[in-house]
Amino acid sequence: MFGVVVFPGSNCDHDCYHVLKHVLGVPAYFIWHKEENIDPAFKVIVLPGGFSYGDYLRTGAIARFSPVMKAVKRFAENGGLVIGICNGFQILLEARLLPGAMLRNKGLRFICRDVHIRVENNRTPFTKECKDGQVLRIPIAHGDGNYFATPELLRELNDNGQIVFRYCTQDGQITDSANPNGSLENIAGIINKEGNILGMMPHPERASEEILGNTDGLYIFKSMLKTVVGEASNTFELKQVGGVSNI
Amino acid sequence: MKARVYITLKKGVLDPQGRAVQSGLENLGFKGIKSLRVGKLIEIELEGLSLEEAQSSLKDMCESLLANTVIEDYHFEIEAGDTVSGERTVVTEKCIIEQGRVIA
Repeated sequence: MFGVVVFPGSNCDHDCYHVLKHVLGVPAYFIWHKEENIDPAFKVIVLPGGFSYGDYLRTGAIARFSPVMKAVKRFAENGGLVIGICNGFQILLEARLLPGAMLRNKGLRFICRDVHIRVENNRTPFTKECKDGQVLRIPIAHGDGNYFATPELLRELNDNGQIVFRYCTQDGQITDSANPNGSLENIAGIINKEGNILGMMPHPERASEEILGNTDGLYIFKSMLKTVVGEASNTFELKQVGGVSNI
Repeated sequence: MKARVYITLKKGVLDPQGRAVQSGLENLGFKGIKSLRVGKLIEIELEGLSLEEAQSSLKDMCESLLANTVIEDYHFEIEAGDTVSGERTVVTEKCIIEQGRVIA
């Protein structure tokens, strides 16, 4: 089952929950950020977008110290899948669960619009339903999405196939003008070396329903689903577990 | 005891905010600005700590939360005041730590 962490200031938690529960029909639960343990029944943890702790100091800097983050770290160390979307990505960076850091958008503006991203690695638990090089149209909504890494780290990310998405044109060209925020090498999403923690700035949960005119985001959710269902057929057994609420 | 923590973007890290402020000043007609970078100043009042304790505590604060050392450098000053026989004697201990190393 899927867990969606709720920090004070998260505002995409319900969207993620809705896609999982009502669009894909899988068991999903909210996990309050004060939780110190994550039930082993969870297979995927979503750190949703929003403005945790008002983005005070730096985006994601304070959420990183929420009690649940220690549990998320343990969960990831045991091989659980963790996806951080937008603010969730920023939190993963601050928690050093993913390498690098976010800077203010190059144009200083908060950008909220559809962008195109190219799948650079479809051999991950989060992109296995995509074709290699597939272009997805997914909205972004952030002020700090300008990914920064040292040259050494950048080389490492490239060598290890850790760059999962890059901003591109509609037909998949990686150009400066397709880069909305100044992110290094048009990076829109990266994965850890072990391949079970993904961070991405675009919001797949905002592009997962026909009625919204775009279902490209479903590729991400369906990939995760395929990964965990493939691993254990009884994964989605519904059960009420302590410390989580079913809304 | 008062501490001032300065946080700045590392050299070589693009500072879009600094660039915008610089061009704002230039648009106002200010000349001769070679470069401009924006940072943060955090003022902290401390009590019940020795100077050494304060110093080591501030370093931990910077490393764990106040600065993101992937992109930011920090340094801090501690100002310790003391009042003896009505006269105010101020002991100022300044230290500059970069990358966890005392350099001054």
